[in-house]
Amino acid sequence: MKSKRGARDRSATLLVSTRKGLWQMQSDPTRRSWRVTGPQFLGHIVHHCVADPRDPKVILAAARTGHLGPTVFRSTDRGRSWHEAKQPPAFREGSGRVVDHTFWLTPGHASMPGVWFAGTSPQGLFRSDDGGATWRGVEGFNEHSQRKAWCGGDQDGTPDGPKLHSILIDPRDARHMYIGMSGGGVFESTDAGADWRPLNRGVRADFLPDPDPEYGHDPHCVRLHPALPDRLYQQNHCGIYKIDRPAERWQEIGVAMPKSVGSIGFPMVLHPRDADTLWVFPMDGSKVWPRVSPGGKPAVYRSVNGGRTWQRHATGLPKNQAWLTVKRQAMTADVLDPVGVYFGTSSGEIWASRDEGRSWKCIAAHLPHVYAVETA
Amino acid sequence: MRVLIPNPLRSYTADVAVVNAQGRTLDELAIDLNRQYPGLRFRIIDEQGAVRPHIKLFVNRLQKRNLTEALSEGDEVMIVCALSGG
Repeated sequence: MKSKRGARDRSATLLVSTRKGLWQMQSDPTRRSWRVTGPQFLGHIVHHCVADPRDPKVILAAARTGHLGPTVFRSTDRGRSWHEAKQPPAFREGSGRVVDHTFWLTPGHASMPGVWFAGTSPQGLFRSDDGGATWRGVEGFNEHSQRKAWCGGDQDGTPDGPKLHSILIDPRDARHMYIGMSGGGVFESTDAGADWRPLNRGVRADFLPDPDPEYGHDPHCVRLHPALPDRLYQQNHCGIYKIDRPAERWQEIGVAMPKSVGSIGFPMVLHPRDADTLWVFPMDGSKVWPRVSPGGKPAVYRSVNGGRTWQRHATGLPKNQAWLTVKRQAMTADVLDPVGVYFGTSSGEIWASRDEGRSWKCIAAHLPHVYAVETA
Repeated sequence: MRVLIPNPLRSYTADVAVVNAQGRTLDELAIDLNRQYPGLRFRIIDEQGAVRPHIKLFVNRLQKRNLTEALSEGDEVMIVCALSGG
């Protein structure tokens, strides 16, 4: 990160999307002290807010309110002012489908400035070629002959609706993409989205009659490593997985997690430089799925060997009676050295670690339900 | 005709609560509103042409559910944001 003066900037900025609006957090160069600014879009449900790594002045936010339909807001001045998309993501007229909300935003390939992708609820894939001002459906997915089978119905989605998320672009090849769907599974395209195929072998789907189906899975969060793009990880409804392409079968790496904690969670965070280091935030996925920290004892688990072993890190976190829920977009990492790791909770807290997840500090509280945390 | 704009939509009308728009039907009125206030229509009518679940439209204080509802000069249209949770 470079400051305006060109000197090395050691500060971090977080974009905090919540059920009631958008906040930004800016650290000092030590990342010990944080300043909260906002809200923007107060009262809007902001599902995702993402800065453009190709031009950090550009930020997109996916928002709706309880009353009004979904839209996308764009800023070209780091969030000081915003303009609404002229044509937000919307399904083809006559398709019978309606975008309830835009859930996920992903900047396009580095070689394609202005290109963005959006995933919606229900599952739809959309593309903008003008920095988010106008959006059109990626017909290769939205009109695919198998789409209905892959996506299922409302009963196959999350309590907040079925979602298309985890839109991943191979940094070596703009035409090579992955998406995740809850429900549906992971899908791959090698032709810029013109066609798709399932990539779920090896992933359990023990909530289905066939526990090893071709699709129908529930990947909560899928990540591709930027420095080793053949390496993907996913935090799934049924455990934690890794795949090294061109392999076709995912390996379950959550089996090394403590049995008392399990391997269920929503988010998945990767180290920006080391493809073997990753973080998860386990939640209780037993019986009726409380989706809170197991036993009320929150902890981040880190692996430094690609999931062969895991270390519990809870220093600074509440020791008990803390029933935190961290959603799939609400945990992220910066690119500094040492890496800062951050997560937001459904109870409105933001927690930060400036030592790669070993120790934690609450840097904001009393925010609304946190939906997403991204660095800017 | 007069169109009463609810608070959540006034970001489109520069905080103006009552605007003028034209149309022979509610659908045409929504198109004219969108011409004057770009983006407004999609927030209240979805891509399949249906009024969104928490929006109600009243013509002369009577609720109308069909966008083909005919309008006359002098009608008063009110857009209402219904209850939508906490």
